[in-house]
Amino acid sequence: MSKLNLSKGASRRSAYDLRKSRSSNAEPHTLSILVDNEAGVLARIVGLFAGRGFNIESLTVTEVDHTGHLSRITVVSTASDDVIQQIRAQVETVIPVHEIVDLTKDGHSIERELALFLVDEEQISRTQAQELAESFGARLIDTKTNHIIIEKSGTSDEIDELFDRLRSAGLKEISRTGVVGLSLTT
Amino acid sequence: MNIEKLNHSPSVFDEAGQENVDPNLMSGAQIVIEALKAQGVDVIFGYPGGAILPIYDWLPKAADGKIHHVLVRHEQGAVHAAEGYARATGKPGVVLVTSGPGVTNSITGLADARMDSVPIVLISGQVPTFMIGTDAFQEADSIGISRPCTKHNWLIKDTNEIADVVHSAFHVAQAGRPGPVLIDIPKNVQIAKGLYQSPHARHRQRYQPKTRPDHWKMETLVEWMETAKRPIFYTGGGVVNSGVRASRLLTELVDATGFPVTSTVMGLGCYPASGKNWLHMLGMHGSFEANHAMHDCDLMINVGARFDDRITGRISHFSPHSRKAHIDIDPSSINKNIQVDLDIIADAAEALEMLLEIWTSRGRKKDQSSLNEWWKTIGQWREVKCFSYDHDTHFIKPQYALERLEALTAGMDRYITTEVGQHQMWAAQFLRFDEPRRWQTSGGLGTMGYGVPSSLGIQMAHPDALVINVAGEASWLMNMQEMCTAVQERAPIKQFILNNEYLGMVRQWQELLHEENYSQSYCDSLPDFVKLAEAFGFKGISISRPDELDDAIIEMLEYDGPVIFDCRVVKLEGCYPMIPAGNAHNEMWLGPPNRDQSEKAEESVLV
Repeated sequence: MSKLNLSKGASRRSAYDLRKSRSSNAEPHTLSILVDNEAGVLARIVGLFAGRGFNIESLTVTEVDHTGHLSRITVVSTASDDVIQQIRAQVETVIPVHEIVDLTKDGHSIERELALFLVDEEQISRTQAQELAESFGARLIDTKTNHIIIEKSGTSDEIDELFDRLRSAGLKEISRTGVVGLSLTT
Repeated sequence: MNIEKLNHSPSVFDEAGQENVDPNLMSGAQIVIEALKAQGVDVIFGYPGGAILPIYDWLPKAADGKIHHVLVRHEQGAVHAAEGYARATGKPGVVLVTSGPGVTNSITGLADARMDSVPIVLISGQVPTFMIGTDAFQEADSIGISRPCTKHNWLIKDTNEIADVVHSAFHVAQAGRPGPVLIDIPKNVQIAKGLYQSPHARHRQRYQPKTRPDHWKMETLVEWMETAKRPIFYTGGGVVNSGVRASRLLTELVDATGFPVTSTVMGLGCYPASGKNWLHMLGMHGSFEANHAMHDCDLMINVGARFDDRITGRISHFSPHSRKAHIDIDPSSINKNIQVDLDIIADAAEALEMLLEIWTSRGRKKDQSSLNEWWKTIGQWREVKCFSYDHDTHFIKPQYALERLEALTAGMDRYITTEVGQHQMWAAQFLRFDEPRRWQTSGGLGTMGYGVPSSLGIQMAHPDALVINVAGEASWLMNMQEMCTAVQERAPIKQFILNNEYLGMVRQWQELLHEENYSQSYCDSLPDFVKLAEAFGFKGISISRPDELDDAIIEMLEYDGPVIFDCRVVKLEGCYPMIPAGNAHNEMWLGPPNRDQSEKAEESVLV
């Protein structure tokens, strides 16, 4: 894309702008979006991100209030502050959106993720797996089969660490939920 | 009527054992019509088809003659006509189409309305709920397809929800930044019976965009105004959308402060073109004085405009020495393209009223001597006379044609719409508007084919007014089928076609940025527009000499019915002044550049 050689020009803020000069101050933001749980609401949010070229690194969504029918969508997006500001403003234009909070910027928050690791039982013994899991604050899931499955919840970095450790210890499959978070600022 | 079949029977038995049917119990189709009547709808633009037939069945039965249906000839035309109606009246435009192709044909219109903030309520038929997802005949994922080009859309699965959704739809379309909404109603939901609710029965809508500005921010802005040496009002379609009061307040504020004012193509008429502080339109084909004033100002007050790329030119060089305040009802329009120093989320009229109030209560202060200097500088830019052009005695210059049209129609009860291209920019440059809603054009999306149907929509709103579509022949052909509709509706819309046989703006860009490689921009065959008009059943006029122009325009104006005016103009005229995409405001071309200059235009990648 550098062949375009756009040294100057309009639409400085397009997220599809692939020129080098920008995105130096891009960092991951965890955005928590409370929406009416109605058909197609996720498509509205995801379509908005895709259509405007905003990045999605992880996404979780489920209904959190079964009586009020509200869902919480948690999106991790890596972008500079001004793009994040634009994402927030755009998301707020979506009619079923009640609120959007930037957990990374708006005061204190906690963020957690859950991962399941399937490990090759021929490369690691159940006892070894048990010890490894415990040292990472994770646990083995009793599947009533020979499969060794480690369940780990924690920060994304902690899950990455365990992933790196298991890669050389017979990791066969991994599944992650993506980040969920809570704001501690009332 | 078999009440037992209903899930929620609203029938009650009185003491005598007589069954009393709730008068609000009716078919979904009838509910739609009742809700439209309650919303004050008087015109619908639409086209029937299988999945919408129950509503068409109820239209004559339930409308009590209060709703007039305009049978368009293509669904895109329906939406543009509804836009024309909405922009000429300030009321939402209503569209009725069938499923599948009915909706897909409407999409361009919805995208256009979204970009230009036009309130549209489109009701579409859908295949029955039990067939959704089966690739049924004329099935399309209307909700999915229309999602990015509407403010919101609804698929109704229960007849009892129809009234609530229709009332909500009118609210969403008009509240905050206006825009199009779509309601998709499966055929079985139209046929089933349910309860109608009046708009009053509804709970308060949750969607309530902020319209009142923060007082402290307005005080800050007033402080800036008091000390500004080179201020400018940069106004846009938001002022028009806010209503006549916003235009009146803007005019009062501009005249009282003595600040210069410019406007985007969307905002023409929000400050009178005859006003002494008017710098004319700004932007790519805007005036030399407006663009230079934007570049050199020290205080920019943006009211209801969105820093479009057609306005800003090269962003890194956009108005480098100014403090910028942005008043907009849409928070996502603020800090999108240009970072501003003061963001004011508000309705234009409320903001202007508060601005005037605070500025007055603080003693109407301004830096008059600096303002005098500023106007002296602006006067020098005005002297450039950027819209001047070389006259021709043998051939019609498009600019001359518009000058004559302006001279012969000024002061009339006149509405102008346009197609998209060179003629559109010339119309914006040479026609003058002293009131809002008198001018409309496809500004954001740039939809060729907007003009013919929108002129029809305007005429339906204002049957006695003079409605002129200033067109290019290529754009005009894109939705010319709506001339049939005009005949059916006896709508005397005037089609003023500046015919240069080229896709003129494409040709101009090829000339400037693609080494005069005129790839596919010439129309080798065009219809005989006079015969075409006669085939439709109205009048055609064709002229090619400047001395024929006045008489022909008068002939057009005097004819009681639609007219196609084929104005054969010079073929290779360029639209100037021009800021090539990627240039700064003070790097305007007043005419065709010499080759060196145009080779420097390395921004051909920009649109």
